[in-house]
Amino acid sequence: MYKNNNNDLENIKNLKYGDTILSCEGVTVSFDGFKALNNLSLYIKYGELRCIIGANGAGKSTMMDVITGKTKPDKGRIIFGDNINLLKLDEPTIAEIGIGRKFQKPTVFGNHSVFENLELAMDDDKRFFKILFSTLNNEQKIKIEQTMELIGLKEMYNKKAFILSHGQKQWLEIGMLIMQNPKLLLVDEPVAGMTMQEVEKTGEILTSLSKTHSVIVVEHDMDFIRSIASKVTVLHEGSVLAEGSMEKIQENEKVRKVYLGE
Amino acid sequence: MNNTNNIKKSVILNIINNDKGGQIVLTSLFAIVSYCILSHLLLPTDSFFYISTYTITLLGKYISFALLALALDLVWGYIGILSLGHGAFFALGGYAWAMYLMREIKDRGVYGNSQLPDFMVFMNLQELPWFWYGSDNPLFALLMVVLIPAILAFIFGWLAFRSRVTGVYLSIMTQAFTYALMLAFFRNDMGFGGNNGLTDFKDILGFNLQSDNTRLALLFLSFLALFGGYLISRYIINSKLGKICMAIRDSENRVRFLGYKVEQYKLFIFVISAILAGIAGALYVPQVGIINPGVFSPLFSIEIVIWVAIGGRGTLWGAIVGAFVVSFASTYFTSALPEVWLYAFGGLFVVSTIYLPKGIAGIFAHFSKVKE
Repeated sequence: MYKNNNNDLENIKNLKYGDTILSCEGVTVSFDGFKALNNLSLYIKYGELRCIIGANGAGKSTMMDVITGKTKPDKGRIIFGDNINLLKLDEPTIAEIGIGRKFQKPTVFGNHSVFENLELAMDDDKRFFKILFSTLNNEQKIKIEQTMELIGLKEMYNKKAFILSHGQKQWLEIGMLIMQNPKLLLVDEPVAGMTMQEVEKTGEILTSLSKTHSVIVVEHDMDFIRSIASKVTVLHEGSVLAEGSMEKIQENEKVRKVYLGE
Repeated sequence: MNNTNNIKKSVILNIINNDKGGQIVLTSLFAIVSYCILSHLLLPTDSFFYISTYTITLLGKYISFALLALALDLVWGYIGILSLGHGAFFALGGYAWAMYLMREIKDRGVYGNSQLPDFMVFMNLQELPWFWYGSDNPLFALLMVVLIPAILAFIFGWLAFRSRVTGVYLSIMTQAFTYALMLAFFRNDMGFGGNNGLTDFKDILGFNLQSDNTRLALLFLSFLALFGGYLISRYIINSKLGKICMAIRDSENRVRFLGYKVEQYKLFIFVISAILAGIAGALYVPQVGIINPGVFSPLFSIEIVIWVAIGGRGTLWGAIVGAFVVSFASTYFTSALPEVWLYAFGGLFVVSTIYLPKGIAGIFAHFSKVKE
């Protein structure tokens, strides 16, 4: 339980649309002399959908690892909300105060139904003795149903997760992330291995999510990023190369040189 | 009164509402037990339909095995802990109850000593060892039947799960656990009768253990214990806690990532399972009439795993069926064709692993799917 600073948590709850929810300042991470992140600075606003692109090794995954507490940086500050220093917290605590992460490979519980997967992920009192006698209340059921509607799996609520297609598993995992109810969602390659229609639908889900959460999407698929039309950050060799709308990015000469390979 | 009965009934029906296999297995078992009891009481001994005392006792023993198999299925089938030492909890429960049965003999033993059981006189003990205190009180003994396996499971589980020992390593540790206990109980100076174990029981709660009525009552009690154990297990599985357990079985790290403390869930299920195994042991002892350190042997614990595997892991009722089928085959073969049994047993395991990976329960699941 994150108890030390309830005021800080209150601040997170009271964030308004447009306030800064995450600031990374001068973050540097090196592995054996190789700088995976080099003086990276990045600011995300509440209610923003931000796409991060970059070639392999540009530092996208390391950036997510640093934010979620998996990797500790050598230098720099990462502040969540007004004044929560993420570098002092461990992974479960960071998850608890409101940063959720979807990994590249979808991991859902195959022997559980779609409904149960969402139920298990739900933001609830997860202490053992509370669970023993817990039952779903109406509000929670409605929340699960809304999420199933959002990820388009409502008809499959009763189906076991292992029969879902790859794309549906990705959606279910996004749904589980929503049920955890984080303030900030980190989504790693959500459309990898999806068909055209599935990509389109994922875009819709993420766009509608960004209305009530902040979302950071790491993705390779340029068409997909264009379709969700948001602010784009280009990473290169561990720092920000360019930032702006997709059109601006595409016109940017530095980006064309290093990323688009022209 | 009638009203409360209805409520009780509906609670039971709710628990096994969607559990067709469980309904069928428990109902048939109830029918078999009732038939055995009634025919034994009502029919003349020379009737074809008469059930002998021998069969009654045998059935009671099978039911205690079924409860043990159920306990193992709860940890193995639903939270993924393959315990190769569940016989230890069964034996501990058995010994705890056998101690009471020994004290009930009083001065009717060979040496006529009203204070000490025969084997202690034989070993020249002058007074009762401290850990035998209180064992003459059946309520205290009953408490120990539950507490001893629970405490041991708690200590073992707390150490093992907290250091995140899983899979094969955990299984080997459970095996070592029961093996160590077996060696300890084989020693005469442990004070539990050593090699010979505890036996020659006379009474249970004042009733003669040799009398037919006592045996019928024990059979029925065993059935009730199995029934209750099944309902408790099924209730746990159906609850949210059960869903979390199955999620832990399938992907432990993902569950941690969702914010659940996996160790607590494992510990809870492990302790509940140990208690069920202990109760099974306490039912086994008065019906079989002896308990010795052989029950701690790793071989017996592996046999329990085979019951569950053949019956069908992760179904609860499959474990019951498996325990019955294998124990029945064991009784039949060891008397009819004793030299064949071990081969038949091995063959049964190989065949069921290759052709019935989901055990007997898998056959029924297959047919009910085909019907749909």
